[in-house]
Amino acid sequence: MSYTLEGRTGTWEIVVGLEVHAQVISHSKLFSGASASYGGEPNTHVSLVDAGFPGMLPVLNHECVAQAIRTGLGLRARINLESRFDRKNYFYADLPTGYQISQFTHPIVGEGTVEIELSDGTVRHIGITRLHMEQDAGKSMHDQDPTRSFIDLNRAGVALMEIVSEPDIRSPEEAGAYLRKLRQILRYLGTCDGNMEEGSMRADVNVSVRKAGEPFRTRCEIKNVNSIRYVMHAIEVEATRQIEVWEDGGEVDQETRLFDPSRNETRSLRSKEDAHDYRYFPDPDLLPLVVEQAWVDELERELPELPDDKRDRFIRQYGIPRYDASVLVAEQAIADYYEEVAKGRDARLAANWVTGDLFGALNRTGRSIQDTPISAQALGGMLDLMADGTINGKIAKEVFEDMLETGDSAADIVERKGLKQVTDTGAIDAAVADVLARNADKVEEYRGGKDRLFGFFVGQVMKAMAGKANPAIVNEALKKVL
Amino acid sequence: MSLDPATVRRIARLARIGIDESDLPALQGELNGILGWVEQLNEVDVEGVTPMVGTGHAALRTRPDVVTDGNCRDAVLSNAPDAVGPFYTVPKVVE
Repeated sequence: MSYTLEGRTGTWEIVVGLEVHAQVISHSKLFSGASASYGGEPNTHVSLVDAGFPGMLPVLNHECVAQAIRTGLGLRARINLESRFDRKNYFYADLPTGYQISQFTHPIVGEGTVEIELSDGTVRHIGITRLHMEQDAGKSMHDQDPTRSFIDLNRAGVALMEIVSEPDIRSPEEAGAYLRKLRQILRYLGTCDGNMEEGSMRADVNVSVRKAGEPFRTRCEIKNVNSIRYVMHAIEVEATRQIEVWEDGGEVDQETRLFDPSRNETRSLRSKEDAHDYRYFPDPDLLPLVVEQAWVDELERELPELPDDKRDRFIRQYGIPRYDASVLVAEQAIADYYEEVAKGRDARLAANWVTGDLFGALNRTGRSIQDTPISAQALGGMLDLMADGTINGKIAKEVFEDMLETGDSAADIVERKGLKQVTDTGAIDAAVADVLARNADKVEEYRGGKDRLFGFFVGQVMKAMAGKANPAIVNEALKKVL
Repeated sequence: MSLDPATVRRIARLARIGIDESDLPALQGELNGILGWVEQLNEVDVEGVTPMVGTGHAALRTRPDVVTDGNCRDAVLSNAPDAVGPFYTVPKVVE
């Protein structure tokens, strides 16, 4: 199943590559000792290095290098033991030095791959071209004054990883799946928090269109899209625009564009005359970065279990379907929660309760797994009561709702409400006899071959016993009498 | 390699240096002189020689990930021609 767009002259396919800027989790900046934390008073997380004062020299943060290598390993990519820093020259008010220190010709991480899964179950591999380290710029505020822009350099010099994909993406859905997967990997690794709303992960989207079998046509780059949904919209809108340009006999210009979600359109950001010429050259303040293979190996040994590996293990170890396993590994905290519930219990039942009732409850109450009102131990305790026959599945739903509201343990709720399952066959037999006596006509029909009525009898008996009867015993008792 | 007037104009623009049209020929001559002089390096045969990045053999120094700097806003803003409160300001930049 491939994604295409219909134009007047036929069917078009889209070609997309993504450049993701991921802010590195670190205490201090890439080349200075100023704090890299978010939300300080304006211009307080700034050293004279970040402010571009003369004579200041950059000194590389060791941990940022480790984070880039961890990320490279998580993307199953080649780690380049020797890499270099270059200056990317351009003028902008929030870039005090007039250049960004980046890695152009020799990035720290080379080719890798990310596995994505689409809604129809298709698995695709998206190539990673490279990952390199670079500095973030400061922030300009244009709405504080009629004639001036205000500059805050707190972000200037914070470490970013730019992760560039191959032009392997062929639909908005694939772009969304790729970004979600990348974010998941970064969060598992603890190298970037992946919060697109706060700008700690942002995407530049390269889009072109072509007819089947053609080589690539000219692409446009849509800058700084800050949500996965917007990336997906922007691709469709931009591809549609390009198809119109081509079909009207025009040429698509290679240019930078901006996505405006409120008008659902992209527009040109910089005139061609102003197209950037960055005049990259090796930063003379920084020697080549050489890392030892032994250190890379050590970082690799310390990596956490990655989402794909965890999913495969869940399928093997717990015997749960692939879809459930994918859902459960979406976040590390969810996976940990599930494993605690499943430990020593019916793992499939545990998966059903976590992905069904628990997720439903979290959605309803607007909570996340981190502040779940029902702990893994508490949910496990409830499953234990089901396993030992104290409560049945129907009562369990009631107990679960009560746990959600009161935070009490399942055992306390069962005790308080008197919900203990009735396994006393005498009581059940009596209820069965009573139901059959009151429904003599239905009994006749059942015996006449209307098998479906069995369910009706079960329901009536359960109702008579306020849902507390053990369903297996009820079934057995009914079968015996009927 | 030699630069034509259009390239000289472009380099000036990228560097945000305003130059008079009348200065172009002189600048073109000077820049071409510099390039020509540097081009003497092309006479050296470097076939099979690893690019050298410096005369020292020192490796790139790194520092531990500790906050040791910042919180010096007055110093940071000391050269700002038009600071407002905690901010630098510049003539409005609108894309």
